[in-house]
Amino acid sequence: MKQTIRFTVNGDSVQVDVYPHWNLLRVLRDELELTGAKQGCGEGECGACTVLVNGAPINSCIYPVVEVEGKDVLTIEGLVGKDNGLHPIQTAFLEKAGVQCGFCTPGMIMSAKALLDRTPNPTEDQIRHAIAGNMCRCTGYVQIVDSISYAAEIMSRAE
Amino acid sequence: MSIREEASVRTFQYLKPTSLEDAVALLARYGDKARVVAGGTDLMIQWKKKLVSPDFMISVRNIPELNFIHLNGDLSIGSATTHRTLEISTEIREKFPIITDAVSNLGSVQVRNSATIGGNLCNAAPSADTGPPMLVLETTVQIAGLGTQRSVPIAEFFKGPGRTDLHPGELVTSFDVPQPLANTGMSYWKHTRRKAMDLPILGVAVLLSLEDDMKTCRKARIGLGVAGPTPMRAKKAESFLEGKSIDAVVLDEAGKIASADASPRTTIRGSEWYRRDMIRILVKRTGLICLDRAQG
Repeated sequence: MKQTIRFTVNGDSVQVDVYPHWNLLRVLRDELELTGAKQGCGEGECGACTVLVNGAPINSCIYPVVEVEGKDVLTIEGLVGKDNGLHPIQTAFLEKAGVQCGFCTPGMIMSAKALLDRTPNPTEDQIRHAIAGNMCRCTGYVQIVDSISYAAEIMSRAE
Repeated sequence: MSIREEASVRTFQYLKPTSLEDAVALLARYGDKARVVAGGTDLMIQWKKKLVSPDFMISVRNIPELNFIHLNGDLSIGSATTHRTLEISTEIREKFPIITDAVSNLGSVQVRNSATIGGNLCNAAPSADTGPPMLVLETTVQIAGLGTQRSVPIAEFFKGPGRTDLHPGELVTSFDVPQPLANTGMSYWKHTRRKAMDLPILGVAVLLSLEDDMKTCRKARIGLGVAGPTPMRAKKAESFLEGKSIDAVVLDEAGKIASADASPRTTIRGSEWYRRDMIRILVKRTGLICLDRAQG
């Protein structure tokens, strides 16, 4: 039987009827039409579905949606800035070529966001540790690590 | 939606008790129709693959009594504490670095934000990263049922691959670790092909407590993961070390003894001979880190 749950997504309160076995990713993509987070492996291995729940990155493909009741979910769509501008992490990924096919990018950027929220000036090791659960099959990670370093730089410059 | 369609959906009831009392009452009521779920990083995947189909999932995520770190000399960790909470705890890193070693490369940040230490140990996989460290720390497992409470040493908690001492209707509430002796160094080595998102080929935990001369071993504990059907202690190697002056040569000998004592298998991640040889090497290597940390 379906049940009604309430939570916030990117600052907006939402109310959704869900089956208890539905995972958060399914609800984001199919019910709320937020298709930024991707389904890759569906088993919490690849990180394409990464979103933040109360600020912490999780694999939304295996996160029971009933556990987000009353919590704050942030997806890549929520990073949009003033006048639909890009978030500095997104700008950095474009400038440093951290994107090829783009499938891992939303998850990669959400992991980067969680890292930079806690650690504004991360070392390369800290960046690699933070994105270890995000698979990229195109770039070899070098440009992605550069992008996150660069994001840290432009964000601390902005402050 | 028609009744027929509704009936055909493979689903479960997801229950979110907010107290231990409610959780064990639900577990007693639904028996083997229910599964306890913590982070769900294993169980939800098993459900997706149709390996398990319980009628009820009893979540322990929302029970404050199971989610805590108490450190006051002795350490107590609530069973529903996430690996990420343990990883970023500065007091754990300072007093029990072996736990930080074990959780920092378990899964990914995303997995560690959901997965719990209780889930890791109750799954009782031979490869559970928190198994060997909890063994060498001589952890006591606290267990509750409906109106019952008992404790069991962790060495007796693991019964076999996927099997624990938990009886139907029981769940683990906390892991209690006694304060280590003075001059103690402890370390866990996860031997893998890549740092994250991988199960260990071997897990080696060593704890060494030294006499005040900072050389003589007063107490040694060695825990091995993926070296047998459950996480295991290498007791002969421990006795060999106790009373000896610790150096690389002595640790190498202890590694040989531990290796002979273990019963690793050949699996997709590594062959038996390789694991045996690496036990010797890693007991030595991890022991040297302990020596450093004790003298640190």
